[in-house]
Amino acid sequence: MARLTEKTVDPASEAGYVDHPRRMGFFTDTSVCIGCKACEVACKEWNAIPEDSGPLTGMSYDNTAGLGANTWRHVAFIEQRKPMAYQEPGVDHRDIDGLALAEQGFSVSEAAEEFRWLMASDVCKHCTHAACLDVCPTGSLFRTEFGTVVVQEDICNGCGYCVPACPYGVIDRRADDGRAWKCTLCYDRLGVGQEPACAKACPTESIQFGPLDELRERAARRVEQLRADGVTDARLYGADPDDGVGGDGAFFLLLDEPEVYGLPPDPVVTTRDLSAMWRRAGAAALLAVAGAVAAFALGGSR
Amino acid sequence: MPSLGTSFGRGGATTFQQDLQNSDCIVIEGSNMAECHPVGFQWVMEAKAKGATVIHVDPRFTRTSALADLHVPLRAGSDIVFLGGIINHVLSEEKYFRDYVLHYTNAATILTEEYRDTEDLDGVFSGLDTEERAYDFHTWQYDGTEMRAASGERDQQYADQTRGGETVRQSARGEAHGSGGAEVGNPVRDETLTHERCVFQVLKRHFARYTAEMVEQICGIPRDTFARVCDALTANSGRDRTSAFVYSVGWTQHTVGAQYIRTASILQALLGNIGRPGGGILALRGHASIQGSTDIPTLFNLLPGYIPMPHARSNTDLDSFVAAESTHKGYWANTRSYLVSLLKAYWGEAATEENDFCFDYLPRLTGSHSTYETVLTQIAGDCEGYFLMGENPAVGSANAKLQRLGMANLKWLVVRDLSLIESATWWRDGPETETGEIRTEDNATEVFFLPAAAHTEKDGSFTNTQRMLQWHHQAVEPPGDARSDLWFTFHLGRRIRQKLADSTNDLDRPILDLAWAYPTKGEIDEPDADAVLAEINGWDANGIPLSSYEQLKTDGSTACGCWIYCGVYAGGVNQAARRKPGGEQNWVAGEWGWAWPANRRILYNRASADLDGKPWSERKALVWWDAEQGRWTGHDVADFVADKSPHYRPDDDARGPRALSGIDPFIMQGDGKAWLFVPAGLTDGPLPAHYEPQDSPFRNLLYRQQRNPVREVTQFVHPDNRLQPSGDEPGSKVFPYVATTYRLTEHHTAGGMSRWLPYLVELQPEFFCEVSPELAAERGLKHIGWATIVSARAAIEARVLVTERMTPLIVQGRRLLQIGLPYHWGPNGYSVGDAANELASVSLDPNSHIQEVKALACDIRPGRRPRGPDRVALVRDYQRRAGITERTGTEM
Amino acid sequence: MSVLNVTRKRRRGRRGEQPMVPDAEFSSYYGKPVINSPVWSVPDVPGYLFLGGLAGLSSLLAAGSDLTGRDALGKVGKLGAFGAGVLSLVGLVHDLGRPMRFLHMLRVLKVTSPMSVGSWLLSGYVPLAGVAAATTVTGRLPRIGALATAGSALLGPAVAAYTATLLSDTAVPAWHDGYREMPFVFVGSGATAAGGLGLLAAPIAQMSPARNLALLGVGLELAMFRRMRTRLGMVAEAYDTGKAAKYVKAGQALSALGAVGAVVGRRNRIACALSGVALLAASAATRWGVFHAGMISSEDPKYTVVPQRERIRKRRGDKEF
Ligand SMILES: Nc1nc2c(c(=O)[nH]1)N[C@H]1C(S)=C(S)[C@@H](COP(=O)(O)OP(=O)(O)OC[C@H]3O[C@@H](n4cnc5c(=O)[nH]c(N)nc54)[C@H](O)[C@@H]3O)O[C@H]1N2
Ligand SMILES: Nc1nc2c(c(=O)[nH]1)N[C@H]1C(S)=C(S)[C@@H](COP(=O)(O)OP(=O)(O)OC[C@H]3O[C@@H](n4cnc5c(=O)[nH]c(N)nc54)[C@H](O)[C@@H]3O)O[C@H]1N2
Ligand code: SF4
Ligand code: SF4
Ligand code: SF4
Ligand code: SF4
Ligand code: SF4
Ligand SMILES: [Mo]
Repeated sequence: MARLTEKTVDPASEAGYVDHPRRMGFFTDTSVCIGCKACEVACKEWNAIPEDSGPLTGMSYDNTAGLGANTWRHVAFIEQRKPMAYQEPGVDHRDIDGLALAEQGFSVSEAAEEFRWLMASDVCKHCTHAACLDVCPTGSLFRTEFGTVVVQEDICNGCGYCVPACPYGVIDRRADDGRAWKCTLCYDRLGVGQEPACAKACPTESIQFGPLDELRERAARRVEQLRADGVTDARLYGADPDDGVGGDGAFFLLLDEPEVYGLPPDPVVTTRDLSAMWRRAGAAALLAVAGAVAAFALGGSR
Repeated sequence: MPSLGTSFGRGGATTFQQDLQNSDCIVIEGSNMAECHPVGFQWVMEAKAKGATVIHVDPRFTRTSALADLHVPLRAGSDIVFLGGIINHVLSEEKYFRDYVLHYTNAATILTEEYRDTEDLDGVFSGLDTEERAYDFHTWQYDGTEMRAASGERDQQYADQTRGGETVRQSARGEAHGSGGAEVGNPVRDETLTHERCVFQVLKRHFARYTAEMVEQICGIPRDTFARVCDALTANSGRDRTSAFVYSVGWTQHTVGAQYIRTASILQALLGNIGRPGGGILALRGHASIQGSTDIPTLFNLLPGYIPMPHARSNTDLDSFVAAESTHKGYWANTRSYLVSLLKAYWGEAATEENDFCFDYLPRLTGSHSTYETVLTQIAGDCEGYFLMGENPAVGSANAKLQRLGMANLKWLVVRDLSLIESATWWRDGPETETGEIRTEDNATEVFFLPAAAHTEKDGSFTNTQRMLQWHHQAVEPPGDARSDLWFTFHLGRRIRQKLADSTNDLDRPILDLAWAYPTKGEIDEPDADAVLAEINGWDANGIPLSSYEQLKTDGSTACGCWIYCGVYAGGVNQAARRKPGGEQNWVAGEWGWAWPANRRILYNRASADLDGKPWSERKALVWWDAEQGRWTGHDVADFVADKSPHYRPDDDARGPRALSGIDPFIMQGDGKAWLFVPAGLTDGPLPAHYEPQDSPFRNLLYRQQRNPVREVTQFVHPDNRLQPSGDEPGSKVFPYVATTYRLTEHHTAGGMSRWLPYLVELQPEFFCEVSPELAAERGLKHIGWATIVSARAAIEARVLVTERMTPLIVQGRRLLQIGLPYHWGPNGYSVGDAANELASVSLDPNSHIQEVKALACDIRPGRRPRGPDRVALVRDYQRRAGITERTGTEM
Repeated sequence: MSVLNVTRKRRRGRRGEQPMVPDAEFSSYYGKPVINSPVWSVPDVPGYLFLGGLAGLSSLLAAGSDLTGRDALGKVGKLGAFGAGVLSLVGLVHDLGRPMRFLHMLRVLKVTSPMSVGSWLLSGYVPLAGVAAATTVTGRLPRIGALATAGSALLGPAVAAYTATLLSDTAVPAWHDGYREMPFVFVGSGATAAGGLGLLAAPIAQMSPARNLALLGVGLELAMFRRMRTRLGMVAEAYDTGKAAKYVKAGQALSALGAVGAVVGRRNRIACALSGVALLAASAATRWGVFHAGMISSEDPKYTVVPQRERIRKRRGDKEF
């Protein structure tokens, strides 16, 4: 259990793989997401996920509402009264007259510009310290050689424990079949050297798939560039190996606070506190024995 | 598009999507590119990552706006004012690219003395025949010579050249999206651009009233926003920088649609952005192969390769047709070889020199046979049978009810589709069966539904938005009775020919003489699509595949199904099936698929080089003259005679392509120039002028002329196609809002391919209207409640999506609230809803015959619409309140 | 902090409200929960928690009774322990999405999974409790019975306490953040229940250890519950909301009632029985309350977002928010 509190760099080795491939993951750059939902559909098609139609939600263009057993990729739509992320043209054109205005960045004086529409494709984070996996009593959830977290549908008995354990609200139990489901990071595709279906379908490279360390470097450069270009809202989420889950295997570039996208601002793998929990439970059990002894020792009128 | 055709010579997009990455500024206007062309939009993102400024001009804040640097909301139907304002700015601030304008456009050309502008005639041009509601464009000509249109309406000159043919004009010959050619003598030019009748000065005067104030008043765009667009665009155009325009049906679907694109063409020509990397006008087409279906057309007025369809009364024989349709200069001078080769492809052995190559066998036009006119002939009982193959007019066409009423009056109807679409079931469960206007038991139309194979179930090609043919291979067998359209057409023809085999009737000869021997394969006798492509490409007398249309002959020794596609099967290889990865070639990717003409990807790319053939700047190099080799060379295939030196000047009597000089980049034009002013080819004016949409809550602030005087409405007068009062006319306040219709990424057009797919339906499960919080408050609309939207044609209901993405605008001092309506829904499928097209009237652009569905004055009220006959009663009530009669809105 | 997109839409399928209802305190995605709510159902899971506590502490009571020669109380304890143990297993299996795959629980033993630990515990405990019960009822194999009784008394406290870990080892704020006190609350509540059962079913002559146990249990439970709330801060609101509040309040009232009744009515068999019932009900109500508080805290994003924001702020040492 010590590992739960340690910084793990390589969850696959941790899980006992020797000579395994590099840890693979996603960098989802929401600043270029066009909300086309191709990722959602590609995921459903590839994984033959049941349809899940409901009425219009009224949540902007989001009608699938969130990740769940039947939605492993979910695109969030956020309409905000905030200025658009105006990006400074990167090409130097100071010698050209008339661009003074554009150089200053567009002012935010007008209502029309104080508006933006954020879109972000969410997915299982394939946490370094995955609560779902930790709490799974059957071993149905396991760590793959790619460092990802996958449910084995023939093992899962539907105990549902993983569901509230996940700090991101990802995994869920399917009502009709009783088992837990979530993104597999297309384990079957990775196995044959293909990239995940969602990344393949994404037209703007908002979803980037690759070795996690490379993605982290790329993301760091991207966020730097955006900030330099005046998109000061840009930030990475889940990229830090020192965070509460030891870093996400699928991390994000966001343009606002995580909770705006429905993400927890400071997630912690629940099992980080598990030793303390067991100690407390042990103490309580001992106290129970002590209490019982006392109950008999105290005696009473009858 | 007739506008691109008349402006530059060919109707297709001047550039390709991947080249957008080279733009310094991209203006997306009249297109929701991110939602409707998401894959192509990656190149906009690429440009943005490289520092380009992206501007989206759209009534609504869409997913495209979300990724743009600037969103400019405007009133639907007002783009000419906005673009005209920029033109005015460019001209008055002298921001145009002078060298380019002077040499590569017709700016210096002097016009006839008879020409009168909208400035002189309060909103109309000279030559307007108020009886006929049509322009005679003889006064629009160049001084000293007569121009023939490269594409667009070439009919008017027809009379001159053939002496005859008065109904020709209505038959819309030489339509739309052409690849053109033009006629010219030697026009008079003023290289100083100061002559008062030179195009440049006419342009200046014409656009002088398109001021920033007018933009503010008419479009609702604040002046500083407008200034920003002007600045971004002009600062990013010139020798070293290029800007691109992207448009789609947000521009075309207006009664002045073609002129929207004309305005952008003028602007881009002035800024020197045509034919250059990162520049151009990217016309984004729609359906996967809609470009293909204009090249090898599904249009009634064209033959393959933009050869006009002959007219019954005027095109008596091959010689007179060729005389009328070909030109002396440029590529249309070779019309005869294109047509003869086409006839050889159609009738093979039977087509001989002696019988005019079966020219007589071609069908003839007798008037307009556009889809909307056809519906009226159905209602009138003149059209008795109908094939619907890959179209769902009961949902997708303007005034969908009219379409259904037409079909209800047919003897037979054949629908070939993937799903049981509304156009196949209106007789049992359409809106009129609910209102009682169509009774199933009384309806006599015999409806045949034949399942069609989808593109994954057959071989074939798509010609995409950038004129590029891409081959798709069959992946699976079609299920059950589903068959490809090729199968259906081939076997239908085969069986008809069998039935007629013993006929001695001359009328049957065209069918019996057809070259109809296509190889078939497999259990279901599927015709070989490759063989069809080979025929389209063409062959010589020995059956050897041709490689260029320059090889086509007038003597019948070559056959070619579509001259502009000649070369797609060069060397006997299916060039459209080439798939060399982008990473292994330059960004032009000339070895991916095959593009017409001659695999050129950026049209008119000679214009990327200066007069001497050197790139205007290194940064924007595309093709250039290599003096040593004596050839044009570069990244793309030069859209120019390969060995014509920039210093070449033609003799006076030169003919065909040789008549154009080494500095005439627009090789399909008679004068080799981009046309700022269009002397021929457009029916509604040589220059764009702003007219209000057919139904508009505003009066035209620019001219007394309210609407496009030659728009097509009078032929569509029908009780179910009533028009509305506009502007200051009494009753116009009954319809105070402006609705626009559009697409969502999650659905496709009339829904046949998306409302039946659960994975798409769950993403957008219900028909909705988008309204601003202000409109919701004004009319008491509740978020995700119901609203009823009413026009003079219909009342429909939709869920309400209240969103700040709909911005109120101040137009003519008044607050205008707009309504957004995706048009994908209808009564069938997993996700059902009313069709937005019930609301629209049939009012068409006179050039393209495209319906106005992008700017509709209407009313909106909370709650669901009435059911049954009450629905009709509500509409009648609105008509009564607005004082609508048969004549309302039909005024010229 | 952004004040947008904070409508109160909870579960998928229901419709959202106006998209721009401002909420001054925190941002969320249309008021949707950040974490997924437990898919566990009522009465299976709160019942399971209650029965586990009842069983565990009953085993202790039974063992003590055997040691002090209180046969009748011992019998009540053993039968109670076994009955509750079996029922809790039934609840657990019934709540599985795939009950037929119950045995997959025993594929592995994972200390990181309290449910795995619990499954193993129960599969050791329930047979022992069964043997203990069977031997007292039949009077056969007394030595094995004694061993089984001792064994179940050894495992019993663990059975009673681990269910707290089971809940706490989730991302559910009202559960996880209470992990320090919850085992004590649960053990106390188990004692309340076991004591209550003794009061209900044992002869009055042998009842006093049960009463003592119940009183100690009530005391522990109430004290630790109070401490838990203090520590939970704003998350404690979940315990004061909706169904959770009703059950928690009922539990406390019934505990007090039962405790008073057990003391005041100690000479009256009926009063004792009624007190016993009240205490059993109190224990159950507490578990139901805790269960619902968890559900409430998982369904409202504020319980996830606000404390996490607070945590970040503290970490950053940024006090002036
Ligand atoms: N996902 C998806 N993609 C598609 C299709 C589809 O149905 N679904 N259809 C395909 C087809 S057939 C076509 S033709 C293309 C069409 O592609 P687009 O033209 O991009 O499609 P639309 O959504 O009809 O219209 C574009 C935009 O025009 C705006 N607009 C309306 N009126 C005006 C106006 O007066 N001025 C300006 N500037 N803008 C206006 C609308 O708000 C809308 O955002 O898309 C193709 N791609
Ligand atoms: N209000 C409003 N109206 C509009 C527009 C708008 O923007 N607003 N846009 C207009 C535009 S640009 C367009 S393109 C039209 C589209 O209008 P339609 O063409 O009428 O609509 P689609 O739904 O695209 O119909 C195409 C049908 O072809 C079927 N199909 C697909 N593949 C095949 C095949 O291989 N063979 C056969 N036989 N059938 C096949 C599909 O199932 C589908 O039902 O709508 C126009 N109408
Ligand atoms: S995000 Fe949730 S479901 Fe995914 S690995 Fe982490 S804990 Fe498991
Ligand atoms: S529901 Fe399935 S995957 Fe989740 S914890 Fe239980 S057994 Fe493991
Ligand atoms: S990686 Fe595969 S399973 Fe995961 S979201 Fe993408 S497509 Fe779905
Ligand atoms: S496919 Fe890419 S661009 Fe489209 S919604 Fe998904 S992440 Fe965004
Ligand atoms: S649907 Fe096809 S044509 Fe349209 S964007 Fe996607 S890939 Fe391109
Ligand atoms: Mo289209």
